[in-house]
Amino acid sequence: MIDITDIKLSNAQIAWRAAQDIEDGAYVNLGIGFPEMVARFQPEGKQAIFHTENGVLDFGKAPEPGDEDWDLINAGKKAITLKPGTSFFDHADSFAMVRGGHLDLAVLGAYQIAQNGDLANWSTGKGGIPAVGGAMDLVQSAKRIAVVTDHVTKKGDPKLVEACTMPLTGVGCVTRIYSSLAVVDVEGGRFVLREKIPAISRDDLQSLTGATLYTDGPVIDLICPEELA
Amino acid sequence: MDKTLSSPAEAVTAIPDGATVMIGGFGGSGAPIELIHALIDQGAKHLTVVNNNAGNGHVGLAALIEQGRVDKLICSFPRSADPSVFVETYKAGKIELEIVPQGTLAERIRAGGAGIPAFYTPTAFGTEVAEGKPIEEFDGRSYVQERWLKADYALIKGELGDPHGNLTYRMAARNFNPIMATAATTTIAQVSKVVPLGGIDPEHVITPGIFVNGVVEIANPAQEEDLNRAEAVYP
Repeated sequence: MIDITDIKLSNAQIAWRAAQDIEDGAYVNLGIGFPEMVARFQPEGKQAIFHTENGVLDFGKAPEPGDEDWDLINAGKKAITLKPGTSFFDHADSFAMVRGGHLDLAVLGAYQIAQNGDLANWSTGKGGIPAVGGAMDLVQSAKRIAVVTDHVTKKGDPKLVEACTMPLTGVGCVTRIYSSLAVVDVEGGRFVLREKIPAISRDDLQSLTGATLYTDGPVIDLICPEELA
Repeated sequence: MDKTLSSPAEAVTAIPDGATVMIGGFGGSGAPIELIHALIDQGAKHLTVVNNNAGNGHVGLAALIEQGRVDKLICSFPRSADPSVFVETYKAGKIELEIVPQGTLAERIRAGGAGIPAFYTPTAFGTEVAEGKPIEEFDGRSYVQERWLKADYALIKGELGDPHGNLTYRMAARNFNPIMATAATTTIAQVSKVVPLGGIDPEHVITPGIFVNGVVEIANPAQEEDLNRAEAVYP
C-alpha cells in the first residue's frame, strides 16, 4: 500500500480548503474539535456567521487566557467572545434553527462515510460510553453537510466506504467530503471525485477508497498553502 | 405573592427519593451548582436526572453522581474534561444511561412544558437511537416519533429574579434553563440577584414567573470550570 504520510494534507490544510467554499453571510455550525479549525481560515470578504448549539449566534474568537467568562462558551465548552451582532437563545430555539433547516452548512468529523451519504461519527460500537450531542440533529437538517477527515484511518483502512459498518449518525446526509487527499462529493448514491492532491495518482487514491470514485468533469489539483497559522 | 426563598437548603428540602430532577446548564455554564450541592446535603436518592451532560470533575452533577444519588441519567453527551465519576459509576453498573440527541432532548423538554405528548423529528432516523420508535412519513420524508419529557423538579440558574419568579439569564448560561423551567411540576431558580417587582424590564423577561415556584439568591455563584481548575471536591 502507498505511504501517504509525507504527501497528505494536514488538518489545517483540510480546514483551509473547506473554508474556501463557505459563502459570505452563510450560517454555519462547526463540530467540536477539528471542524472548529475551519473558522480560522475564512477568506477575506467571505465571513460566515457561526452558530453554536448551546445558544450563541455570531460569536468572536477565543479570549486571551485569563480573560475567559465561563458563561460564554461554545459547544466544545471552550471560551468564546462577544462581537457586534451576537445573540443568545435557549436550546429549543437553537435546535429550531437546526431542525428547521435554517443553517446553510454543518461541518463534522467522521469515522466512516458511505457512498450514499450515510455518516458514522458518534460511536465506534465497541462498548465505549455513547455520546451523541447535537450531531444527529445537525446532519439531518442543515442544508449542506460537509465532512473534514483523514482519507483513511490510523490503521490505513478506508473511511470512504460502500456501506458504513459503525453505528450511523444519519442516513444519506453528507454532501461533500474534504479529506487529506481529495475533495469528493456525494451525488446520486456515489462518490464523485472533484479534486485530488497532485502527489497521488488516481489509481492510488482509488486503492485507498472503499468504494468507486466516479468523475463528472475535470478533476482539479487540490493545492493548499504550505504554511497555515 | 413572594416566591423568594431564604437559602438553597430551603429550596430543595421537599425533593423526595425517586424524584425526576431536571438540572439546567450546558457543561458548567448555567449549572446551578449551589442548588445541586444543597441537594447533596439534603440526601435525596434514587434520582433520575435530566441534564445535557454527566458532570465534570468532583463538583455539581458529578458530585451528586459520586455520592450515589442518581439511579438514571438522561443526557446527550456524557463526556467532559474530567468525566471520571460518571465513567466509573457507569462501568460499575450503578447508573442507567439514556442517550438522547441534544435537539431531541431540548424538544422533548419543550414539549413536556407545552403539553404536547409527542412530536416527530427527522433527527436519528435510520440510527439505533430510533429503534423501536414509531416512524411516520410526511411530505415524502421519514420522521421519528419522540415523547415529551417532564420532571418533578427543575433546578435552574438565572441572573436576575423577582418575587413573582420572572427571570433573566446571563449569556450562554441560558441554554436548557428556560425550557426546563416549563417542564417541571416545581421549578426552583437560583439567581445572582433578587430584584423588587418592576426591577426587570418586562421586555427583558425570558422566563415569566408562571413557570417558577421558588427563587433563591446566590450572590456570587460558583462556576464549575473555576472549581475544577482549583481541583475542588464536594462535599
